[in-house]
Amino acid sequence: MQVSNKLTPFFENLNFERDDNRMVINFGPQHPSAHGQLRLVLELDGEQVMKAYPDIGYLHRGIEKMAENMTYNEFLPTTDRLDYIASTSNNYAYALAVEKLLDIEAPRRAQAIRTMLLELNRIISHLFFVATHALDVGAMSVFLYAFREREFAMDLMEDYCGARLTHSAVRIGGVPLDLPAGWLENAAIFCDKIDHEVEHTYGALLNENRIWKMRLEDVGVISAEDALSWGCSGVMLRGSNVKWDIRKEEPYELYGELDFDIPTSDRCDSYGRFRMYMEEMKQSTRMIRQLIPLYKETKPQLMAHSPQYISAPKEEIMTQNYALMQHFVLVTQGMRPPKGEVYVATESPKGELGFYIKSEGEPYAYRLKCRAPSFFHTGLLQKLLVGVYLADVVTIIGTTNIVFGEVDR
Amino acid sequence: MRKYVPKDNVQKKAYYTDRFHVVPSVPRSKVEEGSHFADVMKTMGANVKESYIEIGQLVIHIAPEDNFKVMKMLKETCGYTQCSEQSAVDYLAKDNEFELFWQLLNITVAKRIRVVCRLANGAAIESIEPLYKSANFAEREMFDMFGIKVNNHPFLKRILMPDDWEGHPLLKTYPLHGDEFASWYEVDKIFGKEYRDIIGPENRDPGKIDIKDTKRFSRIGYEVPFAAEYNENEEVPVEYSETALVNYNKKTSIQLDERR
Repeated sequence: MQVSNKLTPFFENLNFERDDNRMVINFGPQHPSAHGQLRLVLELDGEQVMKAYPDIGYLHRGIEKMAENMTYNEFLPTTDRLDYIASTSNNYAYALAVEKLLDIEAPRRAQAIRTMLLELNRIISHLFFVATHALDVGAMSVFLYAFREREFAMDLMEDYCGARLTHSAVRIGGVPLDLPAGWLENAAIFCDKIDHEVEHTYGALLNENRIWKMRLEDVGVISAEDALSWGCSGVMLRGSNVKWDIRKEEPYELYGELDFDIPTSDRCDSYGRFRMYMEEMKQSTRMIRQLIPLYKETKPQLMAHSPQYISAPKEEIMTQNYALMQHFVLVTQGMRPPKGEVYVATESPKGELGFYIKSEGEPYAYRLKCRAPSFFHTGLLQKLLVGVYLADVVTIIGTTNIVFGEVDR
Repeated sequence: MRKYVPKDNVQKKAYYTDRFHVVPSVPRSKVEEGSHFADVMKTMGANVKESYIEIGQLVIHIAPEDNFKVMKMLKETCGYTQCSEQSAVDYLAKDNEFELFWQLLNITVAKRIRVVCRLANGAAIESIEPLYKSANFAEREMFDMFGIKVNNHPFLKRILMPDDWEGHPLLKTYPLHGDEFASWYEVDKIFGKEYRDIIGPENRDPGKIDIKDTKRFSRIGYEVPFAAEYNENEEVPVEYSETALVNYNKKTSIQLDERR
């Protein structure tokens, strides 16, 4: 701790009391480019970072503890608060883990809707990444353009579930609602718009931008071994030329039937990762376009039929006594899944989002562990930041695309 | 006989239990001959105490002192190059043990393995940080949340909770809204211990309603002055509707239909 007096006044961010020429500075947790609540303690030699220590926990809400004190359906809206940029992917990862535990499968229409929503959330999250990353590095206008398109995507989410940020758009066993009239047409228009904007606005502004390339090229280089060892996933792993996408390798929902490419980059730097985010948005629109005819072929069932765990549809509850009784028990007591443990990984926009659930047959999970991709990407910062210059620190934090809702949980 | 429930587990429990409810288990299958997992089992040899396949993933139980050896074999011989997650489950009340798990991933064959071991209360586990750097943060989180010590970790320190916190939040003995220490932590930190009497403990239950608190809670249908003293015999000028059966405005608790 600093001892302040008249000769050595108290400086909030600087600690001069060192024998060598090094300076320790404190970055965050209120810094605008700290992506929420990241506190970084950096040891500097001149302008070069010698040691970096990411300090997290400023947004810790004990979500895993809450999961042990809530029934399975009660907990679902809480998962919105993990990665709040793309909430549906958290809802989905949790719902899928519970479905695997219960051994049920969502009906095909629900699968089509879920896959569309997941890809829409990926676009929302990637647009947010491009916007804030450009803003961190200093390109203000990209931020405004990307947020304009993100609003359209959030309008689509609002049309579907009524919420823009905390969607809770997925239920255990299916989805709560069918798509409203005109949604598919709007989604198709939105896909065309995104394809156009990615190519002609963000791409045209950034791809060959001299300043942007100078700030991003060869910054934050991660080798493939390091990326695997530090637990990187998603774009961070593929950016190091490791072709691993859970949607392709362990397909869930309708991803097995869709035709899409996995962009990888052998540059291993921030610029390569930025180009991959842009490419992934195009792949997402490609998937949504393929899903529109797939959706139209499906039957209208939205929730899985599994009376022991999932309430019957509303018409049955209102007309049949037994369905009403089961609904009453499921609402007041919660479902009791079988004894066992499950770990299910999904490809969220940030990387591998997995839920480990240990069930003892009670309505409350005995243990729930959320494997958040950003948590491990934050851990990587203590290696990645060593040796870089202070100006690149912001670029590197931006390129990891961490969200503190899921780092701290 | 009544079912034994550990007394120091303060987590929420099912209010209603069916005596005749038999809890089913997730099906576990044996490792098939000739599969990838069979090769892994052959490499592991005698290190494995128990193994089965549960929901598509191989689960192997090992002794806690073998964890580094087993992980090294899995990484170097079997190609499990990523440790995607590791943590613990609290079984202190039942067995005085923790159950630790490591979730490993092989990206060349797209297979996942869960390595599980039981660790006695107070014992330490060897760090796997030299093999998987992701364990650096994951083991710190495990230490923070459960108090499980990790040997040879480069920087074993609390990660999510403050450094001067007492207690480990994910233990079953730790209440959801925090313990006594938690309710005084911010008061002591911001104002100092001497202000405890003036400020009182922090309310950590967001759903708590205090009828005596006229600063933060209003009355329905009428007003009381801000910060007024609570009056036991407060006049309630609210009129409830009268139904045919019960008159809610009269003070008596049970009222029969006056028409009788």
